[in-house]
Amino acid sequence: MIPAAFEYHRPSDIAAALSILTEYGDDARVIAGGHSLVPMMKLRMAEVPHLIDLQDIGTLRGIDVGADRIRIGAMTTQHDLINHDALTNAAPTIRETALQIADPQVRYMGTIGGNVANGDPGNDMPALMQCLDATFYLTGPNGERTVSAREFYFAAYATDREDDEILTAIEFAHPMPGFAYEKQKRKIGDYATAAAAVLIQRDGERCTGASIAMTNLSDTPVFAEDAAATLVGTAVDSAAIAAAIEAMQQAIDPSEDNRGPVPFKRHIAGVVLQRAIERAWSRA
Amino acid sequence: MNEKAPLDRDERISNLKGMGCSRKRVEDVRFTQGRGNYVDDVKLPGMLFGDFVRSPYAHARIKSIDTEAAKAIPGVIAVLTAADLAPLNLHWMPTLAGDKQMVLADGKVLFQGQEVAFVVAEDRYAAADGIEAVVVDYEELPVITDPFKALADDAVVLREDLEAGADGAHGPRRHHNHIFLWEAGDKTTTEQAIDSADVVAEEMVYYHRTHPCPLETCGSVASMDKITGKLTLWGTFQAPHVVRTVASLLSGIEEHNIRVISPDIGGGFGNKVGVYPGYVCSIVASIVTGKPVKWVEDRMENLMATAFARDYWMKGRISATKEGKITGLECHVTADHGAFDACADPTKFPAGFFHICTGSYDIPTAYVGVDGVYTNKAPGGVAYRCSFRVTEAAYFIERMIEVLAIELDMDAAELRRINFIRQDQFPYQSALGWEYDSGDYHTAWDKAMAAVGYDDLRKEQAEMVEAFKRGESRKLLGIGLTHFTEIVGAGPVKNCDILGMGMFDSCEIRIHPTGSAIARLGTISQGQGHATTFAQILATEIGIQADSITVEEGDTDTAPYGLGTYGSRSTPVAGAATAMAGRKIRAKAQMIAAYLLEVHDDDVEFDVDRFVVKGAPERFKTMKEIAYAAYNQAIPGVEPGLEAVSYYDPPNMTYPFGAYICVMEIDVDTGTHHVRQMYALDDCGTRINPMVIDGQVHGGLTEAYAIAMGQEIAYDEIGNCKTGTLMDFFIPTSFETPHYTTDHTVTPSPHHPIGAKGVGESPNVGGVPAFSNAVHDAFRAFGLRQSHMPHDQWRIWETANKLGMHA
Amino acid sequence: MKKTPIELNVNGQTRTVLVEPRELLIHTLREQLELTGPHVGCETSHCGACTVEIDGRSVKSCTLFAVQAAGAEITTVEGLASPDALHVLQTSFREHHGLQCGYCTPGMITRAHRLLQENPNPTEEDVRFGLAGNLCRCTGYQNIVKSVLAAAEELNTQKEAAQA
Repeated sequence: MIPAAFEYHRPSDIAAALSILTEYGDDARVIAGGHSLVPMMKLRMAEVPHLIDLQDIGTLRGIDVGADRIRIGAMTTQHDLINHDALTNAAPTIRETALQIADPQVRYMGTIGGNVANGDPGNDMPALMQCLDATFYLTGPNGERTVSAREFYFAAYATDREDDEILTAIEFAHPMPGFAYEKQKRKIGDYATAAAAVLIQRDGERCTGASIAMTNLSDTPVFAEDAAATLVGTAVDSAAIAAAIEAMQQAIDPSEDNRGPVPFKRHIAGVVLQRAIERAWSRA
Repeated sequence: MNEKAPLDRDERISNLKGMGCSRKRVEDVRFTQGRGNYVDDVKLPGMLFGDFVRSPYAHARIKSIDTEAAKAIPGVIAVLTAADLAPLNLHWMPTLAGDKQMVLADGKVLFQGQEVAFVVAEDRYAAADGIEAVVVDYEELPVITDPFKALADDAVVLREDLEAGADGAHGPRRHHNHIFLWEAGDKTTTEQAIDSADVVAEEMVYYHRTHPCPLETCGSVASMDKITGKLTLWGTFQAPHVVRTVASLLSGIEEHNIRVISPDIGGGFGNKVGVYPGYVCSIVASIVTGKPVKWVEDRMENLMATAFARDYWMKGRISATKEGKITGLECHVTADHGAFDACADPTKFPAGFFHICTGSYDIPTAYVGVDGVYTNKAPGGVAYRCSFRVTEAAYFIERMIEVLAIELDMDAAELRRINFIRQDQFPYQSALGWEYDSGDYHTAWDKAMAAVGYDDLRKEQAEMVEAFKRGESRKLLGIGLTHFTEIVGAGPVKNCDILGMGMFDSCEIRIHPTGSAIARLGTISQGQGHATTFAQILATEIGIQADSITVEEGDTDTAPYGLGTYGSRSTPVAGAATAMAGRKIRAKAQMIAAYLLEVHDDDVEFDVDRFVVKGAPERFKTMKEIAYAAYNQAIPGVEPGLEAVSYYDPPNMTYPFGAYICVMEIDVDTGTHHVRQMYALDDCGTRINPMVIDGQVHGGLTEAYAIAMGQEIAYDEIGNCKTGTLMDFFIPTSFETPHYTTDHTVTPSPHHPIGAKGVGESPNVGGVPAFSNAVHDAFRAFGLRQSHMPHDQWRIWETANKLGMHA
Repeated sequence: MKKTPIELNVNGQTRTVLVEPRELLIHTLREQLELTGPHVGCETSHCGACTVEIDGRSVKSCTLFAVQAAGAEITTVEGLASPDALHVLQTSFREHHGLQCGYCTPGMITRAHRLLQENPNPTEEDVRFGLAGNLCRCTGYQNIVKSVLAAAEELNTQKEAAQA
């Protein structure tokens, strides 16, 4: 498994990175942690004549937990997310999710930006970002723009990011207190058979807000708006959860792979969502 | 200065670090510092790299191969195709099973990943570019991945090279995709016994296709020295001497001009027994280019093209009296051998030792028939931590026992107990022709039952079933029972050979003048710790401290001829050779000691590390003194020096056994499981190094766990391998792997010089049915009789679904 | 493709190597710097046999181009022992039979080394989770876990003794 030859660029700021991207267009790709891209290059399933390494761009790194919003630089690694106390206090769902990604070595390298930008439906962060209603910051030759995580994904590996844009940061408001990321997989290092990201807010025994998104059950992450809506106003009892699962089932479109056939995936989607809602509710 | 007090006898024994102690491994000092020397670590001046163009199709005709663009790539030295190998008659090679196999595709390809062309380049990067540039024009042909469909009248002919209607290596072929029918036992008597029995259980038991997948893949470095005419071949060879003989027969190079070296091997598990096209191509490329050529497969190539294991469809019938006494066993196997019959079995046993499938039970009559079949899958059929299809046999009988227990509405532990071969029946003649050497199954079984608290577990299980039925819980408990009997230590030369080479093994010992020693063996360690344990055998046999004995294997220029390491044969065969060679040393040492002590030979006796005058233990000569004397004294009637060699032809196989119990919780909703307890009692006869034995058992159980719970080589309908990376080919991490409890009984082999039986494979052989039976047992109360492995999450879910357990 | 010189700081020494941009770090280490402790096992970042430490992170060097590591501090298994003695992890793996064929061992020990830097008092579950990026086919992990837990204890004892 040897990649095809390429030219390597290591710009020290965004402007330099953008100018390389603009110069080479389709022929250029940015690399963050590289643990999705490099295996694809080794299998020669991704051809990248110009590889732009973002590691020297310090402004892409860092976690800023503000009073209203939380901002995370795209080059922040899963390992950094897991070990950031302020972030864990403010949005513990990030840590819970990041710990379920791949394995320790991959988490030292894998970045949140790479995880959300690459468009792999198996990645865990995209659904969480949709659940959090995160905003992605994209910078291109025409300047910066933002796009909602819920609008970002078109199909597998197809996103709203233009070829000459770099995803620089994600940002989201302080989340609802009840949270859970429930993932079923075959082993550590595997993608999800199905996973559910849930955020819940409660007032006594009544659910006052909910957000739900699902991983690896379609060719994009699935923001299950209707499923969340069914919970709001209920006591999150078994009937409400069943209704949420029913609504979620309308939104997903899993396909068969080595993890199992479609009916199994749908079944597991229901199980992980039920467990995620219950856990989130208990924490709310 | 005070004179040091003489050591007492116990101290002398302890200093030897001989048999029975948990001696720390000598290998580890290198390995923990990254100083191993594996084949990919071999680096020679001017070395080139070879890599394969492989077929993307499972069955296709090759219309043309264009190598021009590849040859034009900077760094590419040569591109070999079948057309280049044909003049040397090396485009095909014989397999270990009496078939032949394409080295490079000759006119067609028969499985995905088959070797089509070999690109030789200055480095692995240029070789990879060269592969991309080779243009092959394929014409797709119908694909057969199902061995039953392969035998249909109108099935496409896979092996056009085989003459229609001609016999194969193992007798008549009744269909163009048929390889052999191999039979054992008495068919008529067995059918009569079963047809007239009170109770008959019938089941199809499938042991799916999997792969040994050692962490190091296969590879070789060939270096042909045109000036000396000598070929040196480093490689991942579990049987280096056999490779030398095969290389000589294939290439025409005389055997003394070939030196085969197995360096450190990063795990074998059967993967490295076979002879692969990469080895042949690296040799040819070295001859052609005059430079050393390295070939190392990547993981996808390893999983797709070298050495699958299992893939046995076993249709069985077992009969019993209504009290549960077994009266007969019948099995018909449809064996999927893939595109070429490259199974690694002793020549006369095309289905290996599958006919050990009467297991631990006294079964009066039995019959086995195995049909080998060609399909468009990778060749191999190696013994994955197994002695030649013993895993399949153990899984088959341990499943049939469970199914019979269901049929009889009996407890499966009790059913086993009343059918075990009794201790007083050994040596025991099995209905399928084996002579079991020794065993005490009831003792082992009772110990295992007590250790896990069997009766309480059954009560807890019943309570969980009730809770499930009441809708209070979605969890079930499975108790997976297994009592396996292995057959290892192949084997007696009278009926065991590989390519005509009898399956003896060997040890050569040289005692140095200062009393240390080197021992060389015909086997090769792949992690088993031979350098540690064989030195322990010798230490006990010759009284020289294990720390003063170097054990060396794997270099055919220095090691005596042996058949290598697989099938748990090292300890039973080479271990015996080591003991026997040691005894020759001791016999000579006795004469030297008697001479030095000025007494008759019969008046001295061996005592730990010395010979003492009988009745006068203060008069002695240590082995160190004797060794020195062997080199510096003229002893009448005794040649100088102290060396010995033994070639050991075992009189029989050895029959290790064990009782394994797995306690597993299953989440019916997710199909996930939790192994709460895995208890493994092994009886491998005399125990050489308990620490190493435990390590072997832990490792084998983990392989068994993987195989039973998720590991498979799977194909889609057009023959694409769906499990080509470690994302999809299940190897559990430390996080999923259960914790194990090991235990033992000791029933020495009566015919082995030190009573040892071998242990390497037992945990794989016994572990798979234990894990699988736990899954089955969890669902027994809901009507499950048989479900196919691997029991991954979706298959467990499907099982529950079919039983109506998902509302 | 043109090769360019890069500087790698490996096991405390600065080494200059000529690499194509596509050269994987594992190949640079093994073939140019002759540090053959790290091994290639799966090539898809699942097995961890190629694990080395880069700037305080455990990294699978088969999934990193050498150019990406230019300027970084790299430690391989060869760099763990001091001139006088093996690292506690190395002796502990031998003591507790934490290895068999030895192929996964360099990556396993290198990873365990970082794990204990970050968590000097791990539980068994911490170790099992922390080593889950390293596959072993021989040992079933039980003795590896034992080796790491014992090494943690020994390192803590040494630390206390040094402070006393």
